[in-house]
Amino acid sequence: MSEKHLSGFPLSLDGPDRPMVSFRKVTKSYGSLTVLDSLDLDVAEGEMVTIIGPSGSGKTTVLRMLMTLESINGGVIYVDGEPLTHMPKGDHLVPANSRHVRQIRSKIGMCFQQFNLFPHMTALENCMEGPVHVLGMSKKDARERAEDLLAMVGMADKRDQHPSRLSGGQQQRVAIARALAMRPKVMLFDEVTSALDPEVIGEVTNVIRKLVSEYNLTMLMVTHQMGFAKDISDRICFFYGGKIEEQGSPDQLFSNPQKERTQQFLSAVKEAM
Amino acid sequence: MSYFEFLSQYGDRIISGTLVTIVLTVLAALLAMAIALAAGLMRMAPNALVRGVAVVYIEIFRGTSLLVQLYWIFFVLPLFGISLEKFTAGFVAVGMNLGAYGAELVRGAILSVPKGQWEASLALNMSPAKRMVRVILPQALLIMLPSWGNLLIELLKGTALVALIAVADLMFQVKQINGTTFLSAETFGTALVIYYIIARFMITPFMRWLERVMQRKLGRA
Amino acid sequence: MLDWRWDFTFDILPRLLVATGNTLMAAGFGYAIAVVLGLVFALAQRTPSRVLTVLVREIVEFIRSTPLVLQIFFVFYVGPQFGLRLSPWTAGMIAIGLHYAAYLSEVYRGGLDSVPKGQWEAATSLNLSTARTYFRVIIPQAMPPSLAGMGNYLVGILKDTPMLSVIGVAELMHTANAIGSETYRFLEPYTLVGIIFLALSLPTAAAIRIFESWLRKKLGMI
Repeated sequence: MSEKHLSGFPLSLDGPDRPMVSFRKVTKSYGSLTVLDSLDLDVAEGEMVTIIGPSGSGKTTVLRMLMTLESINGGVIYVDGEPLTHMPKGDHLVPANSRHVRQIRSKIGMCFQQFNLFPHMTALENCMEGPVHVLGMSKKDARERAEDLLAMVGMADKRDQHPSRLSGGQQQRVAIARALAMRPKVMLFDEVTSALDPEVIGEVTNVIRKLVSEYNLTMLMVTHQMGFAKDISDRICFFYGGKIEEQGSPDQLFSNPQKERTQQFLSAVKEAM
Repeated sequence: MSYFEFLSQYGDRIISGTLVTIVLTVLAALLAMAIALAAGLMRMAPNALVRGVAVVYIEIFRGTSLLVQLYWIFFVLPLFGISLEKFTAGFVAVGMNLGAYGAELVRGAILSVPKGQWEASLALNMSPAKRMVRVILPQALLIMLPSWGNLLIELLKGTALVALIAVADLMFQVKQINGTTFLSAETFGTALVIYYIIARFMITPFMRWLERVMQRKLGRA
Repeated sequence: MLDWRWDFTFDILPRLLVATGNTLMAAGFGYAIAVVLGLVFALAQRTPSRVLTVLVREIVEFIRSTPLVLQIFFVFYVGPQFGLRLSPWTAGMIAIGLHYAAYLSEVYRGGLDSVPKGQWEAATSLNLSTARTYFRVIIPQAMPPSLAGMGNYLVGILKDTPMLSVIGVAELMHTANAIGSETYRFLEPYTLVGIIFLALSLPTAAAIRIFESWLRKKLGMI
């Protein structure tokens, strides 16, 4: 990445109105295939933003880049005012070293489509691993926090079970508790209901509803559950071909989409339902 | 003595040892394949006695050391009236040992041929023998070929032990040269490189080639 | 034709049993070296350094493609040529430990590769360090699939210890050879050695299978 490209970016974002998450001209490509093309996206503190779009539109890549699971090829991502992918050196930004990445990354938590619980640890141990070994909490405090969170997601009675003994919905609820135990400011939900049987989707979406109403978390979600997205989002972004084709409040986007591609996508989704 | 002088003086013996090692490897490999096929099929026979014989054979040869088997065949077998000349005893021991491992490969490969193939050949009313030879074995062969590549390298390495009953293979020659010159790095080092070359640049490419040929024949390429 | 002598058998049995102790010790020490060094080999091939990866890969290939008995001779005799004298035990443990480290590194590699990518991603999302991720998340899950291979090589190292006799380590084979050359009787010592190996390796193999399923259960993987 050239220095010239980076000179136009601020070293940090300040002011009371600064976004919690900010993508600035972020580009991602695999070889000659461009997945995201100069993406600009701001998410305010406490905002719940849902990304929808056809497969291959780059929506999951947005979350994975924010979690640093994918590198970026251009632009800068800011989290809580500070650059995540870069760090200041003198008066310009340079690619971040791993220490910087770890420091900023600590503000972000993520839940995955396939849950990705650690299979050799119980539900409780899954939720204690990060607090004890990353945050340096005492086992007693970490256990208290994990038990509270497991109770919040309705999994208190299963805390000593290994993931293989839990249903998909139960595993996903534990995964949410595990991510929350790190006290992130930003939570990412990457198709968290896609691998679930229809009858248990509700138990996971209910937990997310609870988070929206009771916690002041900034959330980014990729989902195919349009009704759910409409209910709880502050804003919907429709992705198409690596760009935000259209965005707006749920009412606006679902009832009165302006762009043709948005209309096509929404009517195709409606037919499937 | 420079390494070049060392080679010019002892090169002949090293080459003759290498040739013996290659011949031993080929003979032992042929024997191992024959035994593997026989024992592997017997291991799956419906008759419990036939199965038992194969199991005992496989467990004994896999459960004890090649060196023990070699010494037993060379020193003890004559007491039963079966005297093998040392070269023969050498490749027979190696072949029988690796054949036991190969038998498990044969069995595993046959078991991993999809069940539908058995059912299809049954539906064509093939006899059990025909079914095995015409349908199952060709596919099993392709499945087990990669594992045989590793097994043949193990077999090559196994032949080095026959030096201990004084068969004049590569190992034996360098041991003798080392005994008179004490140039251990040169002698043993050269032998290590030669074994490596045989394994990596002869056996492995040969098996890859064989795999490609088999794949073409079975229409999988 | 065959005259098995029981009195002779009972005469030499104590000596062979003592030697069995040495065989077990050699296998145990050698295996301990191989288990640790094998992990080093496996992890070295997963570093970002391309040079290190290729170098270690080639070393592993070389060790795996050449005869252990030759490696034993090499380690034992090359040292003194450069003024470094190793005892038979030391040389033998180095050679057999290195040899099986190469094999075990391949087993570990397979085990490490079998851990789903999502586990790495989850560890990243919890901000776990690389070392922590390996030791708390990845290696515990790589263990059960590696166990069958590790067990095979434990039995393998046991069966390869007779090769240590060539440099004079007083294990079973060496002792049987000594008895043979003292008494000119080979039937009993060599047959007993074979039986002892069977008695060691068959139960070990069975025990490993039991241990493997127990561990899977304990780690909650089934």
